[in-house]
Amino acid sequence: MFQGYLPTILGGAALTLQLALLSLLFALVAGLAGASAKLSKSAPLRWLATVYTTVVRGVPDLVMMLLVFYGGQMLVNQLTEYLDVGYFDLNPMVAGVLTIGFIFGAYFAETFRGAFLAVPAGQLEAGAAYGMTRWQVFVRILFPQMLRHALPGLGNNWLVLLKSTAIVSMIGLSDMTWLADQAGRTTREPFLFYLLVCALYLTMTTASSWLLGRLEKRYSVGVRTAEL
Amino acid sequence: MDIAVVTGSLDQYLGGLWLTTHLVTLSCAIGLAAAVPLAVARVSRNPVVHGPVAAYTWFFRGTPMLVQLLLIYYGLGQFQWMQAQWEAGNPFWLLFREPYFCALLAFALNTGAYTTEIIAGSMRNVPHGEIEAAKAVGMSRFVMLRRILLPSALRRAIPAYSNEVILMLQGSSIASAVTLVDITGAARNVYSKHFAPFEAFIFAGLIYMVLTFALVGLFKLAERRWLAHLESQRVTQAAH
Repeated sequence: MFQGYLPTILGGAALTLQLALLSLLFALVAGLAGASAKLSKSAPLRWLATVYTTVVRGVPDLVMMLLVFYGGQMLVNQLTEYLDVGYFDLNPMVAGVLTIGFIFGAYFAETFRGAFLAVPAGQLEAGAAYGMTRWQVFVRILFPQMLRHALPGLGNNWLVLLKSTAIVSMIGLSDMTWLADQAGRTTREPFLFYLLVCALYLTMTTASSWLLGRLEKRYSVGVRTAEL
Repeated sequence: MDIAVVTGSLDQYLGGLWLTTHLVTLSCAIGLAAAVPLAVARVSRNPVVHGPVAAYTWFFRGTPMLVQLLLIYYGLGQFQWMQAQWEAGNPFWLLFREPYFCALLAFALNTGAYTTEIIAGSMRNVPHGEIEAAKAVGMSRFVMLRRILLPSALRRAIPAYSNEVILMLQGSSIASAVTLVDITGAARNVYSKHFAPFEAFIFAGLIYMVLTFALVGLFKLAERRWLAHLESQRVTQAAH
């Protein structure tokens, strides 16, 4: 049915998943840093974090990706020329992870900020009263309780992130969308191959939703909910 | 930075701005118009009614809009009956060869799916008391829907819907994948002509930012107009 292209596309799906997971990792780090900056006592840090989240909210991911990919390549070229070393190609995968991670870091920063604020101050005061250090309070009290509030937001953003990986095909990464485009041209059956990509994305998003639902339940153990 | 690159291509950016504006406005209008009846069907208890709508939103919310657009624009040409219609000059099916029409269709279907779920979620959250009161004064299901449920749900949906419109504005940048010259398309042309990525893409980013802030402002006004009665509630919630 797929004229031998199925393994290729599945390989592309693995690449898409890899791109999404690496971006997620980067975004989580950027998000925690952003949230800490937003809640920090230092005004310049707060200001910087606000600029970060505002710019990301206002600029499309594709535009940012094109800027990172083509602009980054230009900077790399100037650097290699200056250092008099050989030509170096900026990898679309690196550009993709950097851009998607940077973008979703801003969304995660908002999620984490809200989640940190949702933990009652009394919990932190109790930790301090027991003589815990700031770091111990963070690891033992703030972080585990924050996670429950952050999970729904993180989950939604993960689903958006997963789907936004498709645009990396526009800067030439051979992810499943790009491979489907090639296979569709060769076999003259583009509909079939794009539909296959849709099915693969649906599998990933549906599996993610199911998993996230279970995680949310797990982290909400001991929280009373009202019966409707 | 060479500002002349941008000032010399202002007409291209303006053309792109115009295309982005009406593409997003039209697709959001179509999507919203379709979403209201679809949301009513989505909250129905009858599986024959809510099933197809759930399948539609599941597909369009679970796949990237770029792939949906490619599926419509490049994909449909695969079918022989479609090619036959094109050769016969059927004016309706010829639309599917137009990149503008395909982008409009893909965007409207996509935003329609998200908006359906937003409104359906908002309908489920209408306070029971409002519905019971409507039943108590003897309203029929349709009258209740028109007078109570929809006005209340649509108002409450405004904050979530404002996010959806902003995401559509950003998402519309993929129109350049099907040869359309929207703001991003203009920036890509300027980049390849002058080989100036920073000027080309940062200027495009600035235009999108201005549009985003304008939308945020507009929706703030809309909330003040239509959600004023919930303002006191929100203030007390924020204080908790």
